[in-house]
Amino acid sequence: MQIKWDWLKGGAILGAAFLLAVILVKPIGVSTQFVIFDGIVWSLFSDEVITENSDAKHGYSSSNAYLNKSGGKYAKAVENPINYGFIFVIAMFAGGFLSSKLQKGKISQEDKEAPKVYRESGHGNRYLVSFIGGILVLFGARLAGGCTSGHMMSGMMQTSLSGYMFALGTFAAAIPVAIFFYKKSSKGGA
Amino acid sequence: MSIFLAILIGGTFGFVLHRVGAGNPQNLINMLRLQDLHLAKVILLAIGVSSLILFLLLATGMINESHISIKAAYSGVIVGGLIFGVGFAIAGYCPGTCLVGMGGGRKDALFFIGGGLLGAILFTLAYGWIKSIFPSLFEGIAGGKTTLADTGVDKFQGMFDSIPSLAVAAVIAIIFILGAWKLPKRIDI
Repeated sequence: MQIKWDWLKGGAILGAAFLLAVILVKPIGVSTQFVIFDGIVWSLFSDEVITENSDAKHGYSSSNAYLNKSGGKYAKAVENPINYGFIFVIAMFAGGFLSSKLQKGKISQEDKEAPKVYRESGHGNRYLVSFIGGILVLFGARLAGGCTSGHMMSGMMQTSLSGYMFALGTFAAAIPVAIFFYKKSSKGGA
Repeated sequence: MSIFLAILIGGTFGFVLHRVGAGNPQNLINMLRLQDLHLAKVILLAIGVSSLILFLLLATGMINESHISIKAAYSGVIVGGLIFGVGFAIAGYCPGTCLVGMGGGRKDALFFIGGGLLGAILFTLAYGWIKSIFPSLFEGIAGGKTTLADTGVDKFQGMFDSIPSLAVAAVIAIIFILGAWKLPKRIDI
């Protein structure tokens, strides 16, 4: 059994983490770093994707319109991977690792591959569904300009209109899809 | 110093997400199909409490205003949210919790991250094209970088200027906290 903090303790400590971030640095955000990682890999194979440019606000520009956006902000992060946002997401991974090591009880081998609710739904290959889910989630997050962290948690904490809009869009799709997709059908499923 | 803070805050955030069960797709899927609202209660409480304290700090000038960062509102936020929601529902991961799930040893999280990196590069490559075909997707709504409760920061605007921002923020925070408190943990259908 995994030990879980109850909603009161968990919510209070999670709220404290959001506050700590905005008091010390800036609101929490994650999904941009997937673009930065891709950019880092891309620039290993191409010298032209990121170039130094003293006219750009952040000192770098890119041949790609997205990386070049906001005065080369992303281009700069790609050229300098040891930056706050990128180290932040690596530290998140480490935080999850540490928590799992410090708790009693282990995740079962089959649960590592697919959660119970998935195994019961009879949808076949979990890895493929996770992969497709990942494509949709990050494409959607970049179109929206943020994800659960940046838009929903940090955004709604600051009462941003965009945060409520993102939450509305997300749940309008996610709730019916989850109910339909995880309907208990032992007849082979979709 | 900023790298130290990234490790401290990122590490704390990852640890807490794991401890509340957000690194386990089972919990997210069961929240989305409205059967186990534990995570919804956690997130509502976290947003409500942090929002209230943030606006108290803003009202008393105890926070550096340059740390406030408001994202623009445009119709692409809703369209992106809809696409995001479909992937979120089938996988049970989002961009942050997949990292935590992978840290906890989940193999499906690794495939989600692989898909995520592909989705992110597809958007990066398609951005110029999408923007030229659907320019209206990126046009600001209600002034773009807008909040319900005025942050008092000049570059962002508040929607209800005639009401004190702390009052607006407090009402919203109370709604979130009440939601966290009153929602049933489990729903048995």
